[in-house]
Amino acid sequence: MAYALQQLVNGITLGMIYGLIAVGYTMVYGIIGMINFAHGDVFMVGAFVGIIVLTALTGVTSVPMGILAALLLSAGVCALYGFSIERVAYRPLRGSFRLAPLISAIGMSILLENYVQTSQGALERAIPVAVPGGFVLMNENGFVVQLSWMQIAIVVVTLVTLGIFTYIVTKTPLGRSMRAVEQDAKMAALLGIDTNRTISYTFIIGSALAAVAGVMFLLYYGVIDFYIGFNAGIKAFTAAVLGGIGSLPGAVLGGLLIGLIEAFWSGYATVAYKDVAVYSILAIVLMFMPTGLLGRNDIEKV
Amino acid sequence: MGDTLLTVTELTMRFGGLTAVNALSFNAKRGDITAVIGPNGAGKTTVFNCITGFYKPTSGSIAIAHTPGASMLLNKLPGHAIAKKGRVARTFQNIRLFGGMTVLENLLVAQHNELQAATGFGVLAILGLGKYRAAEKAAIERAKYWLAATNLIDRADDPAASLPYGAQRRLEIARAMCTDPVLLCLDEPAAGLNPRESQALNDLLLKIRADGCSLLLIEHDMGVVMKISDHIIVLDHGKKIADGTPLEIRNDIAVISAYLGEGDDDDPDAPIAETLAAAE
Amino acid sequence: MKHLADNIKDSLIVGGVAFLLFGPFLGLQLTNGTSGNLGLATRPMLLAIAVGLSIVARFLLLLWQDHRTTRVPAVKLAAAVAKSGKYVAPALLIVTITLPLIPGIDNSYIDLGVLIMTYVMLGWGLNIVVGLAGLLDLGYVAFYAVGAYSFALLSHYFNFTFWECLPLCGILAAAWGIFLGFPVLRLRGDYLAIVTLAFGEIIRLVITNWVSLTGGPNGIYDIPHPTLFGLTFDMSGGPGTVSNFFHVDPDPSQRTTFLYYIILALALLTNWVTLRLRRQPLGRAWEALREDEIACRSLGINLRNTKLTAFAIGAMFGGFAGCFFATRQAFISPDSFTFIESATVLAIVVLGGAGSQLGVALAAVVMIGVPALLQDLQIYRMLIFGIALVTIMVVRPRGFISTRTPSVSLGKAKIISSDMISEGHG
Repeated sequence: MAYALQQLVNGITLGMIYGLIAVGYTMVYGIIGMINFAHGDVFMVGAFVGIIVLTALTGVTSVPMGILAALLLSAGVCALYGFSIERVAYRPLRGSFRLAPLISAIGMSILLENYVQTSQGALERAIPVAVPGGFVLMNENGFVVQLSWMQIAIVVVTLVTLGIFTYIVTKTPLGRSMRAVEQDAKMAALLGIDTNRTISYTFIIGSALAAVAGVMFLLYYGVIDFYIGFNAGIKAFTAAVLGGIGSLPGAVLGGLLIGLIEAFWSGYATVAYKDVAVYSILAIVLMFMPTGLLGRNDIEKV
Repeated sequence: MGDTLLTVTELTMRFGGLTAVNALSFNAKRGDITAVIGPNGAGKTTVFNCITGFYKPTSGSIAIAHTPGASMLLNKLPGHAIAKKGRVARTFQNIRLFGGMTVLENLLVAQHNELQAATGFGVLAILGLGKYRAAEKAAIERAKYWLAATNLIDRADDPAASLPYGAQRRLEIARAMCTDPVLLCLDEPAAGLNPRESQALNDLLLKIRADGCSLLLIEHDMGVVMKISDHIIVLDHGKKIADGTPLEIRNDIAVISAYLGEGDDDDPDAPIAETLAAAE
Repeated sequence: MKHLADNIKDSLIVGGVAFLLFGPFLGLQLTNGTSGNLGLATRPMLLAIAVGLSIVARFLLLLWQDHRTTRVPAVKLAAAVAKSGKYVAPALLIVTITLPLIPGIDNSYIDLGVLIMTYVMLGWGLNIVVGLAGLLDLGYVAFYAVGAYSFALLSHYFNFTFWECLPLCGILAAAWGIFLGFPVLRLRGDYLAIVTLAFGEIIRLVITNWVSLTGGPNGIYDIPHPTLFGLTFDMSGGPGTVSNFFHVDPDPSQRTTFLYYIILALALLTNWVTLRLRRQPLGRAWEALREDEIACRSLGINLRNTKLTAFAIGAMFGGFAGCFFATRQAFISPDSFTFIESATVLAIVVLGGAGSQLGVALAAVVMIGVPALLQDLQIYRMLIFGIALVTIMVVRPRGFISTRTPSVSLGKAKIISSDMISEGHG
């Protein structure tokens, strides 16, 4: 029971991080219908900016201020990365054939990974635990269920970020434009919405969310390397598809599910096969629900 | 007038809470051109999609009699078998051609099943053995026959997407006919055609009937419907409101009121009502 | 000269963006400090160079855009490439056949030829799935892995030889193609992409973790090399070796040359089968499937079988290539079957122009041959690879050869331009 509770806590924390990344995938997919393969690597770039900022500020500011600065700077730099990636690699291919942006995105992903590897080295980079401690949720025959401050912080930051994001999408003119472009880009353009700009903002917001997730990942695990983007990206993309790509609540739900599957599979079966479990469950869910859990199941128009 | 070819019994199709077709029954006779008309949203295309296997009906049955007395339930067949076993071919409201393939290739794809059977599971044909060569020759001959009938023979080697609209419509009919159907279902074949093309279409449909294939037709162009149909079924809100010869339909009060739009949520389809009146 | 001022302003803005993008990564560097903690070093020169280059590159790009008056229309260019294909393909074939026979050619070039042709073959195999049937497969490497491990395991545990395994590997990979194809039949577009990617990862992860069978990350060693009618290419030159039989001195290039002709034959087989199939009902059904699935169904084409045959035949060639890879390397490990391999093969197909056999071959030469020649730039190789992928896609989104030749014609066959051709939704 205690063990299950601990896995639940771990799973939710991990799931929140996946959910944050997945939102970026699903937004971009919803608005221009492409898989932004480089999104996972933007997450990795975010983690690296975070570690660089934290290193620079070590001993200069207090820990909470350092973390806040890392979050904000990382989000800012990554927003710029997202914006630039779209301008350079995707915008020229808009309206072109479907496979071209996909290959371009894969190229961008390879480019970012190797850019960070060559500029910052292939070694794993570690930081000391930023916020140690936590409190005990339960103590069962000596098995202590820990809820660390860091886990609480991750859940809180994720919820706040998602809250701001939801507000932007549902309540602001920008959000309205985004939803309009998602529904029908041509019609939106005819009605005077600047689609290019809306798409740029989508990339900016999605990348900032990925950066927040990257910093959270760094603080939670304490170790990063240039390759974390691939795995996290694939997981988050899986989460987005599992939830139903294009659906924002679906992305968060998918992220949580994948975090939980991973945590429980590692806890009760084998750690080695946790990714196999995630991918298998994805395949099984899609077999029965070809558009994911919360995806729009539009009837084939004949 | 022949015996009954197609029997639709108590056909109902629901999408969630919406009932698109409600307990519809009708027959189509062998050798007839049967038209299904009705205002927009009456459920005509849904009926077509049920007959041609794109939708599984919520309830009811659809049977076809390839020979008098025989009967095969179309709604029990898997989607692709409707054309193969059921021998029902169709065209689409928004033309669906293989745009990057040539006109001739389109017609050969339509004969896929016969040709594939001649390839010896592909292996013999890859090695250049077996009867595939003869089968392909026969398929090209059949394609040529329908190209001539649809006046497309000069465009045989052009990609389908490069044809003008009217020619694309004709190609879609030719392609459907290459599957050697007993029943051809046409979803608004005259839509977007000019009067001359529309006349040519009439001739083509009459020729198809003369060749021994029955037709089921959704059409808004009353000029086409009244001129060539042997039998008309009128749908409104998913129900049959009239069923009879063109002459009977023309004088049917229910039809006229349906077209003039007495229903509160129904958009009056004025041009059609006018043509209906003009056809009188 | 207001225009020039605009261009300069634009370039400077790009420079500013570049400064912010590159600042943290090129301007700063994480270092391991004395006490084990991380430290930071600054690299102002590197950053300045990067920003400067960005400004210059942007300015030159703008200048080029302004001065480019006439553009060769893409369609004309494509038609020209396709027409020259009549001469390029045979010429390429002759060069390929005669390459190892050039006296004094370095063994490493023959070896590079082997590598390129392996990817040509993989590209042609995947082309059936992506280019013809229009189904997006991001996990093609799975079948390559199935082929390689089938041979490695059969030879390791049961002493099977390469020639005995080659057909088996193809059959096993095809079986996996069908097995993995079944669950994804209903999926379209990106759902299909992620599930195929997931299958590729599952197979790699299982190979990695099933240590007792596959040796896990350590891989399998001592996979036998192929023999020529029972003769080995052993360097000892003893009885039963090629050198002994033909009374020549043993030389490593003999084996490489033998491998070269094996993969050439396998690749040509792939090409020949694909070209024959294209002219047959099955190949036409694949292309029709790519163009319009719903119309296919209305014509009585069994979508399930058509898709599964595309997966199976594509997988079979992947299996052959995998079997060859194992025998060539004599050692395989899961590291050879990562997603990057799938991505590379897919990039070759798209870059070549999905559907075009010649295009895929040319793309493989460019994508595999050029980076191999950049060995000296080892650490920058993948960086350049990534930049090249993006650049080539932006310049030629439909690949080198994007036109289509009809499979049958009444009169003279006309080349079909790419804007008519659909690329499928699956």
